[in-house]
Amino acid sequence: METVKITIDNKVIEVAKGTTILKAAKEAGIHIPTLCYLHLRDLNIENKPAGCRICVVEVEGRRNLAPACVTECLDGMVINTHNIRVLNSRKTVLELILSDHPTDCLICAKNGDCELQTMAQEFGVRKIHYEGEQSTYREDTSPAIIRDVDKCIMCRRCEMMCNEVQTVGVLSAVNRGFMSVVAPAFEMNLDHSECTYCGQCVAVCPTGALTEVDHTNQVIRALADPTKTVVVQTAPAVRAALGEEFGMEPGTLVTGKLAAALRRLGFNYVFDTDFAADLTIMEEGTELLDRLTRHLNGDKDVPLPILTSCCPGWVNFFEHQFPDMRDIPSTARSPQQMFGAIAKTYFAEKIGVKRDDMVVVSIMPCLAKKYECQREEFATDGNPDVDFSISTRELAHLIKQSNINFNDLEDEDFDNPLGESTGAAVIFGTTGGVIEAAVRTAYEVHTGKKLEKVDFEELRGMDFIREATIDFNGLPIRIGIAHGLGNARKLLQDIKDGKSSFHAIEIMACPGGCIGGGGQPLHHGDSSILKARQKAIYREDAGKTIRKSHENPYIIQLYEEFLGKPMSEKSHHLLHTHYFDKSKEIKVVE
Amino acid sequence: MANIKLSAEKLDELKAICKSFKNDKGELINVLHKAQGLFGYLPAEVQEVIAKELSVSVAHVYGVVSFYSFFTMLPKGEYPVSICLGTACYVRGAEKVIDEFKRILNINVGETSPDGKFSLACLRCVGACGLAPVVLVGEKVYGRVAPDGVKDIVAEYTK
Repeated sequence: METVKITIDNKVIEVAKGTTILKAAKEAGIHIPTLCYLHLRDLNIENKPAGCRICVVEVEGRRNLAPACVTECLDGMVINTHNIRVLNSRKTVLELILSDHPTDCLICAKNGDCELQTMAQEFGVRKIHYEGEQSTYREDTSPAIIRDVDKCIMCRRCEMMCNEVQTVGVLSAVNRGFMSVVAPAFEMNLDHSECTYCGQCVAVCPTGALTEVDHTNQVIRALADPTKTVVVQTAPAVRAALGEEFGMEPGTLVTGKLAAALRRLGFNYVFDTDFAADLTIMEEGTELLDRLTRHLNGDKDVPLPILTSCCPGWVNFFEHQFPDMRDIPSTARSPQQMFGAIAKTYFAEKIGVKRDDMVVVSIMPCLAKKYECQREEFATDGNPDVDFSISTRELAHLIKQSNINFNDLEDEDFDNPLGESTGAAVIFGTTGGVIEAAVRTAYEVHTGKKLEKVDFEELRGMDFIREATIDFNGLPIRIGIAHGLGNARKLLQDIKDGKSSFHAIEIMACPGGCIGGGGQPLHHGDSSILKARQKAIYREDAGKTIRKSHENPYIIQLYEEFLGKPMSEKSHHLLHTHYFDKSKEIKVVE
Repeated sequence: MANIKLSAEKLDELKAICKSFKNDKGELINVLHKAQGLFGYLPAEVQEVIAKELSVSVAHVYGVVSFYSFFTMLPKGEYPVSICLGTACYVRGAEKVIDEFKRILNINVGETSPDGKFSLACLRCVGACGLAPVVLVGEKVYGRVAPDGVKDIVAEYTK
């Protein structure tokens, strides 16, 4: 490996040829502040438009200051990262950015969690010396995401995520100069575009330009209504990340405190989405085996591979981009929706509450879930199965507002009968988890044999596209896994081109899976947080006594008392769905 | 979600333009240039087709169209009116001429009249400073235009 020698802040170091000053500085233990730069190392995602000019450094012999994020180290370079000239320039740049930024930090959704705000604090900005016109734009509210581009600093992270990682391609920089904004085509609103609401743009936005629609007030209103029975369900990925909002180390499991906090907030029943995840495995696993058996018996028309369908961002993606393939994904609804359907029928009957008097709230790591629960097909006579979905971040705010000391809460359990779950259910929160859970059940049901080892390491990891072959007692089952919509696209294109040899594929829209969802505590570019959350998920699974969905006693009870068996008519009606063609059509007129 | 409508003939010509550049996404600007030549402007439908043919997002195409002032999403009028704002014309009262055109045609600069007859644009110096203020309607040059002469110019085209 060729190296170059540079002097940085009087330190002489040797780095690989092609290393940028920013990365070299990191190796030397020198911190250079950045704003538009983003590097999710463990996911190989990098954004370096060199647009903000915050990371400028002085390079001897070069007249202008150089942006460290893109300037490559050359042999013999002498660099100074924080002399007076550099510090003054950085502060000036920041003041210029702030001179065209709304000053409503006090009421902004990102107050306390904003990279621009933090930088203004760190740089000690006390006066903005530049006055001028303020750029203004209309606010765009969609079912899940709010665009307030007055606060946009044109860092282009959202554009990079949407175009390069997710390949949805909704956002682009439009217009020019002072008038430039990041917007959808023709500056239409997000809800008219092909946006999947995956929320990855929100997850990387450094300011309050992209935030989630806040449903906290609706939840508070429901809790305050004495005529309503308010039921809450919470997704697996939430328990592996919520603690971060209260100062805990990433990867701390807070399941017990989460249940306790929800009870303190006043929810009548504190249930677990994981219960519904076990239910999803029962239905989807049966569907997988049904298709597989028909295929092995010579049926040429049965659609394979079967694709998982619990991710609404992913569902939105194929409805828009691959609508002619919409009979390939599983017809099973997502755990969130299955929970709502069961809560408002089976459970409501059990406790003698009318459907209209029950409010189902979900706590999700996801912003697309806000859109999903509003889908028309998930309602009965206008009453939705799930009324509101709030994100991990919104729940943290709600807990803080309610004067609950989260860190000191004693662990509590979820209520029954919709609160018991297995290890297979909790791994839904990470990439590879849904299919591993499905395999644990499908294997035993198909072969009739007990699994000696329930851990399928070959399905785990962070690589964007993974494959494995699982031996079902002599029958090789080919599994594919993709996370990040750009990678889902690759696998879908293979299926379209007839090149796919998989039997089942798990797809998650967000890099890392749900643990990296758009509603999770912001990682601000540190991908090690995602790895820590993933480890926590598998740790919770390993610690459970029951680790296979079909062994969940409350699931068995639900089928005996209410549903009959998987894919029964009742199951079909409540727990399955169909998909729609949402693509644009080029109609030719004479 | 928009359903796109184009005449079959024009659609084929547009696809042929893309093909002539090998559907290379690096040739987006050239493709847009030719497409504007074909249609007179770049409506949303045309941008959607180009996006599909070149395998880029329509947001990206729109980003390029909105960046360059040459590309327009509004059809130009049958009689495009351009008023020179170069130094000589400016000091000889070009602004008052613009105001009068705006008043008579009832449109703003950059817009096209609803009946599609007139559109209004401003130009940088066209080099006919001896004739300031200068107005172009299509290719025809009008010199020494005064505000009260505007209505006569417009009348030439509304007969």
